[in-house]
Amino acid sequence: MEALKIEGLRKTYEGGVEALKGVDLTVAEGDFFALLGANGAGKTTLINIVVGLVTPSGGTASVFGIDRAKDPDGAKALVGVVPQEFNFNIFETVREIVITQGGYYGMTRAAAAESADGLLKELGLWDKRDAPSRALSGGMKRRLMIARALVHSPKLLILDEPTAGVDVELRRGMWDFLRKLNGGGMTMLLTTHYLEEVEQLCNAMTIIQRGEVVKSGSVHGLLAEADGRRYRLTLSAAPTAEQAAAIGADEVKGAVAVVPALRDETLDALFARVRAAGLHVLDAAHAQNRVEELYLSTLSK
Amino acid sequence: MTPRITIAWNAYRTMIRKEAVRIFRIWPQTLLPPLITQSLYFLIFGGFIGSRVGEMGGVPYMAFIVPGLVMMAVIQNSFSNVVSAFFTAKFMRNIEEIMVSPTPNWVVLACYATGGVFRGVVTSGLVYAVSAPFVPPTVAHPWAIAVFLLLTSLLFSMAGFLNAVFAKKFDDIGLFSTFVLVPLTYLGGVFYSVQQLPPFWRTVSGFNPILYMVDGFRYGFFGDAGIPVWRSALVIALVVAALTALNLHLLKKGTGMRA
Repeated sequence: MEALKIEGLRKTYEGGVEALKGVDLTVAEGDFFALLGANGAGKTTLINIVVGLVTPSGGTASVFGIDRAKDPDGAKALVGVVPQEFNFNIFETVREIVITQGGYYGMTRAAAAESADGLLKELGLWDKRDAPSRALSGGMKRRLMIARALVHSPKLLILDEPTAGVDVELRRGMWDFLRKLNGGGMTMLLTTHYLEEVEQLCNAMTIIQRGEVVKSGSVHGLLAEADGRRYRLTLSAAPTAEQAAAIGADEVKGAVAVVPALRDETLDALFARVRAAGLHVLDAAHAQNRVEELYLSTLSK
Repeated sequence: MTPRITIAWNAYRTMIRKEAVRIFRIWPQTLLPPLITQSLYFLIFGGFIGSRVGEMGGVPYMAFIVPGLVMMAVIQNSFSNVVSAFFTAKFMRNIEEIMVSPTPNWVVLACYATGGVFRGVVTSGLVYAVSAPFVPPTVAHPWAIAVFLLLTSLLFSMAGFLNAVFAKKFDDIGLFSTFVLVPLTYLGGVFYSVQQLPPFWRTVSGFNPILYMVDGFRYGFFGDAGIPVWRSALVIALVVAALTALNLHLLKKGTGMRA
């Protein structure tokens, strides 16, 4: 079943800014779906339309078959959202924020409290449960927003840059938590600027640019068809200009050269090419994250 | 799946609880100011000046102004409660917590209105209690007191909501109160009987909705009204209905909230 189906979605803001120009998008149930794009590409507008914070200028959006325009409350009941910016009441306590959100979704206070307590423990916020939310660190505030979005056990969780400004250790912890939720059957829609996150978590992705979809498909499929893998090779010696040209190096810095692989070229074949130029490979690494390569090559077209 | 009426009821209870906690948590901002202000009115207009005025509308002046001053507190507090609560939620963006949830628009409006009515009723009780040392309590028609108290606080809760919908900055939530609410309240017969006005000004006063509220409320205390009570109640009820319909329409459109 389709967790989210968007057809011809358009949004023109007052003043004439066209944020979305007829976007089509399908997120299957159980997907961990990445929505990528530069700042201002239209990602947040798209998400805000799905959750009811922005009115679309045209097109449709359905959540598990429920049309957002015809039955907004029915669709909203199935969605949890972690917005990009903190939007909770800074004067309320952590626990009260999560319980109150459960109430807005129609949960009794007892049921919301039980769910909130479990989430706060799981997300490492239990010790801060009675603290005013303004007293939390940035990472804790992010986790609070995740707990708030999950209190009613949504079928679709939308995360708009959930790990922005979060340290590496915490980010990895959040990945594990989100993987677990997805493994339990929750569909995820993620926007992020950390493209490593996409490679680690997501099975499907869409790239939008200036309000239009420019690439869409499974992460593995898109990576397989992508051209432009680049490797950072540590060589046995600094290559001469002739050697660098022979191996097709893009950049050379001392004994380190960035070399693009040819289409379908294996690492064995690439290393053989280097050896043929009279050099040896001591170490090799991706010059960029593979999703990052795909993303940049897509946007540059 | 949870039935929609259960969702609405639990959302309503959640919002009401939150609003009641807020009103009592910040009592120095919500409950204390009207007590101080109205006490000063009782002291100055009732105690010092009232003793020289004598009777008005067949009762001592001090007693005459009690219903008006209670009503003045109800109007200002119901209005300011809703306008500040809703605008602050918009300003801090935590209104989005409600907007992304399946809470129906009519529940959102009902919750803010209930909050305004709640504060209006609590304030009226406190102000009336403050008047007790100045004037012995008198009640002629308790039902009229209840009807006009609820209708008035409901009307100004709806007006406060409307103001907050269109407000874009904090200055905007004070304009209506300063330039409309306060003048209409002072000209609504709080401190004088409209029957004493010249015919022209009596006719002009008929366009002031607050006059009907004060007059009907005063009827509940003294059993004497300048305007038929049913007419006053009907005028207020019609305005409440119109404001409710307008607010629901604006909520559906997302005016002031959705881009």
